[in-house]
Amino acid sequence: MRKSTLFLISITVLAAGLVLTVVIHPRLDAAFHQNAMENNGMLVRQLDITDLCLFTEVRYTRHLSQADLFSAFQETPLAFEHYPSGSMTRPPAWHNPIAAAKEER
Amino acid sequence: MIERQRYLLDFAISSLTRRRWKNLALAVIYAGMVFLFTSVVLFADAVRKEAAAVLKDTPDMVIQRNMAGRHDLMPLAYQGLIAEVRGVSDVKPRLWGYYYHQAAAANYTVTATPEFGLAENEAAVGSGVMRTWGTLGDNELYMRAYDGTPVVLKIKAVLNAETDLVAADLILITEAAFRRIFGIPAGFATDMVARIRNAKEALTIAEKVFVRLPDTRPVLKTDILKTYAAIFDWRSGYIIVQLFGAMLAFFIFAWDKATGLTGEERAEIGILKALGWDTSDILMLKFWEGIFISLNAFLVGTAAAYVHVFFSRAPLFEHALKGWSVLYPAFRLQPEIDPFRAAAVFALTVVPYSIMTIIPAWKVAVTEPDAAMRNI
Repeated sequence: MRKSTLFLISITVLAAGLVLTVVIHPRLDAAFHQNAMENNGMLVRQLDITDLCLFTEVRYTRHLSQADLFSAFQETPLAFEHYPSGSMTRPPAWHNPIAAAKEER
Repeated sequence: MIERQRYLLDFAISSLTRRRWKNLALAVIYAGMVFLFTSVVLFADAVRKEAAAVLKDTPDMVIQRNMAGRHDLMPLAYQGLIAEVRGVSDVKPRLWGYYYHQAAAANYTVTATPEFGLAENEAAVGSGVMRTWGTLGDNELYMRAYDGTPVVLKIKAVLNAETDLVAADLILITEAAFRRIFGIPAGFATDMVARIRNAKEALTIAEKVFVRLPDTRPVLKTDILKTYAAIFDWRSGYIIVQLFGAMLAFFIFAWDKATGLTGEERAEIGILKALGWDTSDILMLKFWEGIFISLNAFLVGTAAAYVHVFFSRAPLFEHALKGWSVLYPAFRLQPEIDPFRAAAVFALTVVPYSIMTIIPAWKVAVTEPDAAMRNI
């Protein structure tokens, strides 16, 4: 078989496999996610949850949207952010309304 | 026309296989780069979408009381004052806080709730609590109250593991148990939540609440959603710093490989020119070489990233997300690839490399065949 034929076949198979996975896999997983979404939604309504449980290191990363204006200086006014997850996220939108408004534009 | 391109492609593949180890190393590094970049994009997108879907029912407004720049307990008398603001409905006090458990070295979120039919000595917990608490015996949580007295709570229910994304670290107890553990006096709450009848008036209502109660800070639902819309933003934070270093290293490597044609490659181009190949043929040949490597790397890297994020729950990012925390939610992200993002990754990875390989070949191809063959 010609090398170009082999290449074209392998690329087509790989691309088709990828596209099929991207199209089919979410459908196979849909029931689980639908269920999870309903359960999560119900808890959010029941408990008035405001934040995702992503970073449980410290209070201002556990509840990103509820952190106070001094969250980066929790320990002393001169302390820099020293929790790793603090550097993974941006400050809450309300923290710098001017920058947030600029970004929206 | 197509047959001509097929012959050029055949020749390009043969040419690449002659230097197979060098090209294989390049393809592996290239695929690794695509994998890393795509993983970040897929993971961040999926978390943002999940956040938007899950938090759509979050309270319209949370009202906190601040004292000296820090959260302070809120008198329950504020409830009536907030409810009097026109447009506000269903004002509820919330009692919640954090409990650091020394045995597990983990922080837990403790919330008082009338739901789940709990008795004063009972608790409902998230699945993360069961995984990490450490001293669980007979399905009981041993806690220390604010005054040092021990508090034993019987676990009545464990929240479904599917809810880990919002509830992995939750310990739900009654109001009486909450006040006993944390010593919060009657007549005070942690903060308050309220519903707003008309979402368009949210900002005005928040201003009215602030005017009426100047020591409070209202946080609107839109602020909460915006906070999570910006989370893991790939343009900021240390994700991009890390990625930038890796991408720079890759592009230097690829540039060096693509621009520094070896003597053998230059001689090959010279011979092809001497045999009657056009400059355009040589450029097309180099284009196909670039396409061969970059397309393979793109497809393999993207497929690996998809498997990494949606099948194996992004284990490479786990340590970064965990930070110093012990408790990490085991959530399954909803698989989805945004076509626009995929096109952007394709444009950022495949196109530059393909162009990069053509320029040096063009430089050699426009020289005289004998000069190219003699490496002048």
